[in-house]
Amino acid sequence: MGAAVKRIYVREEVCMGCGLCRVYCQTEHSRSKDIYKAFKREMPLPQSRLRVERKGDVCFAVQCRHCDEPWCVYSCLTGAMRKDPVTGIVTSDSEKCIGCWTCLIACPNGALVKDRNNKIVAKCDFCPGQEMPVCVANCPNEALVIAETDDES
Amino acid sequence: MKTKYLIIGNSAGGIAAAEAIREVDKKGALVIVSDEAHHTYSRPLISKYLSGERHKEGILFRPASFYEDNNITCLTGERVDQLGIKEGSARLENGQTIGWQKLLLATGGKPIMPRMKGMDKRGVFNFITLNDAVEIDGYLERVKRAVVIGGGLIGTSATEALVKRGIAVTVVEMKDRMLNTLLDEATSRLAETAVEKAGVSIITGHTVAEVLGRGTVCGAVLDDGHEIACEMVVVAIGVFPRVELTQGTEIEINRGIVVDKYMATNVAGVYACGDAAEAYDFVYGSGRLVSIWPNAYVGGRTAGYNMAGKKMEYAGGTAMNSINYFGLDIVTAGLVMPADVSGHEVFTKQNDSVYQRVVVKENHIVGMAFIGDIERSGIVFGLMRDRVDISGIKEQLLADDFGLAHLPPELWRERLAVPAGARTVTSQEEVEEDYSSE
Repeated sequence: MGAAVKRIYVREEVCMGCGLCRVYCQTEHSRSKDIYKAFKREMPLPQSRLRVERKGDVCFAVQCRHCDEPWCVYSCLTGAMRKDPVTGIVTSDSEKCIGCWTCLIACPNGALVKDRNNKIVAKCDFCPGQEMPVCVANCPNEALVIAETDDES
Repeated sequence: MKTKYLIIGNSAGGIAAAEAIREVDKKGALVIVSDEAHHTYSRPLISKYLSGERHKEGILFRPASFYEDNNITCLTGERVDQLGIKEGSARLENGQTIGWQKLLLATGGKPIMPRMKGMDKRGVFNFITLNDAVEIDGYLERVKRAVVIGGGLIGTSATEALVKRGIAVTVVEMKDRMLNTLLDEATSRLAETAVEKAGVSIITGHTVAEVLGRGTVCGAVLDDGHEIACEMVVVAIGVFPRVELTQGTEIEINRGIVVDKYMATNVAGVYACGDAAEAYDFVYGSGRLVSIWPNAYVGGRTAGYNMAGKKMEYAGGTAMNSINYFGLDIVTAGLVMPADVSGHEVFTKQNDSVYQRVVVKENHIVGMAFIGDIERSGIVFGLMRDRVDISGIKEQLLADDFGLAHLPPELWRERLAVPAGARTVTSQEEVEEDYSSE
């Protein structure tokens, strides 16, 4: 209560749509953590958990917002999707998820991804073990930033 | 026994309420009573249990330590048989009385059983609870062929589980197509094709008139006299709210328990949610029975907050389902097939592997069905749930590249941009200042 909650935010005005966030996300969520292997060698191929949305000149990256009102958590049929009460991070338990995709239709940001290899949902996990999520750390234009707000709940 | 909060029902609605109560009130005594002798489990996952893909532990909705962690007394295998509304009491079948200050009726639904001959025979089952799945599992040894009555969600999920167990299944659906309350005709046909590909026979436009057998099921007779040999019948024609506890009380009932936007009944201190209640449906603009897990959870959560003294309105729900039986991904929500299409605009897109349909009324999305490519369906459903005026983007909803960038900028900025007053903690702050000084 009253703790600061860190989230990834978008500065759309400086996003060039280069897609490096996706490259680093896919690499981070690979087994080898090697950029080349993560794209060309690993089988099954790892997946990026964020998207770059584009329309005309507008582009920006979208990953899970770790919402205050997480519809994916409320809608999850199995109990796999959970919001950590302390960090505010929303995670999906791969052991519990059955890939029913109810969270996919529940997410207003289209921020969840089908893990094609395992037929379960994949999502931004805030890169556990990293000081900073790799999409933010490697964004060349700082179009992705971490900011903290005070938890109002 | 005395408690501050009494929750009757241990499924999505009851658990959601308990979690919400504990967010607000860590200490107030909380008792859950359930007539099922199980830890809270996921009802939709009983098909995974029956198919053999999951053990009982694998379908638990919350960790084994949930009740202990949250300081909840959970009485499983106990049934409340009478409520004392004025006294604030509940009597259990075993004679014990529980005094409560706030009560939640999260009693769920009970299967609708058609009146027909032979329903009392061994081999006739429902498919709602884990016990149903356990009983079917125990009976399967003697079963080669099964008839599933009802081609809705429950019938289809039972069918898939039985097929995975090697049973030859015939689905008998009264209406002209499977999943007819959830899908439009084109989507139903695609679903039926996938079901038939798995070897299932589908009979539509008929009902089962009689279950045959001497003591145990040996067949089913349709309303046209056609006979189907089978060793098992699964009745899956729907659920009806379990409201028997409200009998003889002042709690207002329509088809389900009538609740306001706080999920409160007309009796002070008494709340209801889930399949037992008629929560607000934003597509219909009124309270309505919508028997789906997510709405039970959200309704229960709303009830829990209000029970614990934190005012919260139910955001409203509507029918919303993701269906992925037999390898086909379908999502559907709201009014996919309006009875009267006048005043509605219907947008569709179809190619080899994709079918998408969006129904619009007065510039608001009121229904949708996506099949195949469903990854962006949440953005469309979000517009529907938030009642966003889509007059400017109607034509783009089904574009191949449709995404958040197609929405009015204020919508996605609000969700994505750094909020006012937030502190940026990314390391290279100096660079940021260079940008802003330009």
